[in-house]
Amino acid sequence: MSAILELKHLRKNYGALAVTDDVSLAVDAGELHAIIGPNGAGKTTLIHQISGLAPSDSGQILFDGRDVTRAPMHERVRAGLARSFQITSILPGFTARENVAVAVQARSGSSFRFFGDPARERDLDAQAMEALAIVGLTGRADVTAGQLSHGEKRQLELAIGLATRPKLLLLDEPLAGTGKEESERVVETLLGLKGRYTIVLIEHDMDAVFALADRVSVLVYGRVVATGAPDAVRSDPAVREAYLGEEAA
Amino acid sequence: MLDTASPAAAKVAAPPPEAGATSARAPLIRREALAFALFAFFAIAPAIAQVGAEGYLLSLVIRAMIFAIAALSLDLILGYGALVSFGHAAFVGIGCYAVGILMAHSVSDLFVQLLATLLASALFALVTGAISLRTKGVYFIMITLAFGQMIYFLTTSLAAYGGDDGLTLPSRSAVFGTDVLENDLVFYYLVLACLVGVYALLRAIVGSRFGRVLRGTRENPVRMQAIGYDPYRYQLVAYVIAGMIAGLSGFLLANHIEFVSPAFISWQRSGELIIMVVLGGMGTLVGPIVGAMSFLFLEEILARITQDWKLIFGPLLVLVALFARGGILGFFRRKA
Repeated sequence: MSAILELKHLRKNYGALAVTDDVSLAVDAGELHAIIGPNGAGKTTLIHQISGLAPSDSGQILFDGRDVTRAPMHERVRAGLARSFQITSILPGFTARENVAVAVQARSGSSFRFFGDPARERDLDAQAMEALAIVGLTGRADVTAGQLSHGEKRQLELAIGLATRPKLLLLDEPLAGTGKEESERVVETLLGLKGRYTIVLIEHDMDAVFALADRVSVLVYGRVVATGAPDAVRSDPAVREAYLGEEAA
Repeated sequence: MLDTASPAAAKVAAPPPEAGATSARAPLIRREALAFALFAFFAIAPAIAQVGAEGYLLSLVIRAMIFAIAALSLDLILGYGALVSFGHAAFVGIGCYAVGILMAHSVSDLFVQLLATLLASALFALVTGAISLRTKGVYFIMITLAFGQMIYFLTTSLAAYGGDDGLTLPSRSAVFGTDVLENDLVFYYLVLACLVGVYALLRAIVGSRFGRVLRGTRENPVRMQAIGYDPYRYQLVAYVIAGMIAGLSGFLLANHIEFVSPAFISWQRSGELIIMVVLGGMGTLVGPIVGAMSFLFLEEILARITQDWKLIFGPLLVLVALFARGGILGFFRRKA
């Protein structure tokens, strides 16, 4: 398999603190690659760097054969790099349907059109409903997004990401703040996506990670201390010490 | 840590969710009905006014319609774009002075003046918008204020065109060489036609693909970037459209009072435009029309009661801010 995303010696400092410290990582096309690590390991910062929300101090980000290290976020998205956020990021005043439709609109035709109601564009609507169906929100399409339950919002954000037709989906703790039933539903959705999309997943829920991931990378103080199959990583002594230590003890 | 869900700047100005909610068809229809009723009122107002002090009342309604156009244009960027521009009167001023300066050089043709107005305000919006939109929140307010004051001081220093004192126009703009606009009734309906046209244009724009992106950016700019939009480009285009429409209102204002002055451009005027939009209900398009009418009529009535009418007007605004979030329109919607 070939790598769709490659990080080469990526760095990011906040003042004297190295939040991302010489991270090199390759994500293969089609895999579900989980990034785990204790709080403050720099996981979210790394996602911000990959997605373009935070600039990198040095190093290189290659995506789909192209150097995107300095590209703004919206350009990376158009190249096929979609993301979700740890704190749910949706358009609260739009309906669920329109949240997704506006993502479809971004990649189909110009948005500098000043006349005509986009809600009547069948193509946009059909694709939006398709993405909502994948996450199980068909029946909630016309509810204002701000009024959805927390779990539904997480699902909606996933649908928005899918609607951009990503080559790679960056998911920043999709289970954060969800209840047991809700998180089971998200895991189920992710299992359905696995294999069809390349996914980089940051997650705290270890059960979910080991149920979903093809490979796991462990980030500790901004450094990748291990990468490999879930079982191999689980039994890696360095990882046990740095991360799973508390649980193992 | 960088926090992703912090469109704090946008939240400052974002109206309550239902005000701009796209799927809320019912309020939209009620809003169209209100707009239609207002336009119908404007259309028959001259007939009613004939009974009483015709000239005076008509003049007041014309002024209300002209400021409604300016407030409408501000609503596009303030209400739908969450961009608190504190220099919007500059565009009104550019429209005024485009007429005034051309008149002073004996260019009285309406189409030439209008073209100059639109070009000048578009250019000013493009340049100042390109710079201002690099900033967010309170810095955006400051920088638009600064650009507005720049135009203000520029006009006060135009000694050839009256400087501080302003400039009296010899006549209204000429249409194909005729002075048909000197007829107050003709001018009245020209202003009304502009108002209806601007309203219809903006209604189409906010409902279009472009408007959807603009509204999405108001809700959550980071999310919009994360689905592939560059908010800056859309905000800049909206800023230019708003600037041109405000320029048009300035063009009409100069023709209405046949006088132009730096007083139309000062930052207080920009503040009044914001008040009109917020008072009526921002992000609704009808609201700014209601707001402009209420503002001017209240000013007129209160000024008759006392010279210090602002002492009454101020607390009224406070009450609206406290009890009618969403403006006059929002207040009645909650009652309904």
